[in-house]
Amino acid sequence: MSSPILLAVEDLTVSFDGFKAVDGLSLYLERNEVRVVIGPNGAGKTTLLDLICGKTRATDGSIKFKDLELTKMAEHQIVHKGVGRKFQTPSIYENLTVAQNLELSYPSGRTVFGSLFFRRTPKINQRVREIAEQIYLADDLDKSAGLLSHGQKQWLEIGMLLIQDPELLMLDEPVAGMSVVERERTAGLLKEISQNRSVLVIEHDMDFVKDIAHKVTVLHQGKLLAEGKMDDIQKNERVIEVYLGH
Amino acid sequence: MSTQPVMKASWMDKFGGRGKLIQILIIAVLILGVLPLFSDIFRLNLYGKYLTYAFVAAGLVLCWGYGGILSLGQGIFFGLGGYCMAMFLKLEASSPENTAIQSTPGIPDFMDWNQLTELPWFWQPFHSFTATLILIVAVPALFAFLIGVAMFKRRVGGVYFAIITQAIASIMTILIIGQQGYTGGINGITDLRSLMGWDIQTDFAKYVLYFACCAALILCLLAGQFILNSRYGQLLIAMRDQEDRVRFSGYDVANIKIFVFVAASVISAIGGAFFTLQVGFMSPSFVGTVASIEMVIFCAVGGRLSLIGAAYGAFLVNLAKSSLSESFPQLWVVAMGALFIAVVMLFPRGLAGLVSDYAAPVRNWFASAFKRETVAASGPETRPSAPKPPESKARDDVSMASAQESH
Repeated sequence: MSSPILLAVEDLTVSFDGFKAVDGLSLYLERNEVRVVIGPNGAGKTTLLDLICGKTRATDGSIKFKDLELTKMAEHQIVHKGVGRKFQTPSIYENLTVAQNLELSYPSGRTVFGSLFFRRTPKINQRVREIAEQIYLADDLDKSAGLLSHGQKQWLEIGMLLIQDPELLMLDEPVAGMSVVERERTAGLLKEISQNRSVLVIEHDMDFVKDIAHKVTVLHQGKLLAEGKMDDIQKNERVIEVYLGH
Repeated sequence: MSTQPVMKASWMDKFGGRGKLIQILIIAVLILGVLPLFSDIFRLNLYGKYLTYAFVAAGLVLCWGYGGILSLGQGIFFGLGGYCMAMFLKLEASSPENTAIQSTPGIPDFMDWNQLTELPWFWQPFHSFTATLILIVAVPALFAFLIGVAMFKRRVGGVYFAIITQAIASIMTILIIGQQGYTGGINGITDLRSLMGWDIQTDFAKYVLYFACCAALILCLLAGQFILNSRYGQLLIAMRDQEDRVRFSGYDVANIKIFVFVAASVISAIGGAFFTLQVGFMSPSFVGTVASIEMVIFCAVGGRLSLIGAAYGAFLVNLAKSSLSESFPQLWVVAMGALFIAVVMLFPRGLAGLVSDYAAPVRNWFASAFKRETVAASGPETRPSAPKPPESKARDDVSMASAQESH
């Protein structure tokens, strides 16, 4: 472990037809840190995740992950380097079972011929069961994923990322639409999985943010508005003005 | 699909389990046994022609049904396979002795009519049968690969891809018709008589070719089943439903699409080669837009999520086409359109869907009744009234049901 910085975003800018969704943003994420990004709608939070995982290409600036420049890399290569990203709406394979969803996300047999001649080993079965237990779906392995509840689908997608053991996990509003009980379990899950990896979360639910965040970054109109501990952020006058409200 | 480690992996599972293999066996018995026994060679030769379209339909099941890539240009690949075979047969039929009356003996007759004085370079490899066999697969594979790279690496998909393939099919036809001296033009490549000195117009040869075509079809269906039951097959379903999730799980989605498109094209080309052998000529009308769209209809009618269903679909629609167009030539086009609308509106899972809806309960009833008799535990008063489908079947049905919604 050479540097404590896992992800370094510097002067990142993306412009869509002149509109700068992210504008000269810099952000540093340490290893094993849980960072929550908050901000009003249109602040550029999701775009930031899109830029890091390669879904959107940066107009300017750099994203360094363990000294690897991500802005020029293809999406699947970024994943291979250890960046996992969960989408806002649960993106799971509804026509496959929970076990198949997890197994397809297992990082082997990722080429065409590798997947044609892929063999399920006891080790992979073992790993699928471990993850399923972690995401509270151990009893639903053979269930079609389309039949899961909304909260369970969110967990499943987190599980599909966990099975790849990423060093950086990015979650876009993981508790949106969840019940109170599900939120608590998700917070528990996040604390558990952030033991040995960095997590970057977008979230609106302040109680949840307070519960999990080590540090909070506030975005506004594509720019950094404030950064720091949750308590300080909540007292920050500009943050109160544009986002939290009085 | 269970995750229990105790489950013993059977070789059958690689092809979709015993049930699917029995279905393929039933097809084999029908086309290798029943049809030859109950039809004369004229009819059987026609059936053989219909079955060559089953190859294309099976390819479309992989590419469109599972991969979600609608190609309206499968005629291109059917045609490439067919033309490769036709070029070999034509060269054989154009030996210097056979073409002695031409101003340039030894080249195909249509070249002579078009004032060509030597064989073009791209015809040269078709002197060799081995090279021809390789090219029947390699030419369409390479062409599909190029189209696939150009389209999928740039993330062109959906309707745009369908329209582009349709346009390419149209371009191919225009090219073939326009370059009459090199391709035989609108008449196609005709007058094909023998395969390595073996007369392919005798009844015996027609039998042999029919059986060879059937055997190749069975092998292609098995290969398709193998693909669908691998991790790759699951990836196709996953990609159809959540392309971004697959991409951000570390897969190069373009490569997955290119492969399935190439595989579908190769299977179609094999069908095309058998078409030429059995029908005795190849022409641009089997390549173009109309032919390509008809191929999609064969697949849709049979069931685009069932390789086996698509094979039946291709056969039955062609059978209907022949009988209808023999008696009411104008009516056929209208009937074909109506059939397609009916399939889309009323039974989007095609014949395979109808069969699994209506036949599965009957089969399960038999299965449970049989079980009851062998176990012989309780009295006859407990009749199974509504047996539930087995678990693996249920998964298929779910995937079929939501596939309709997503398209």
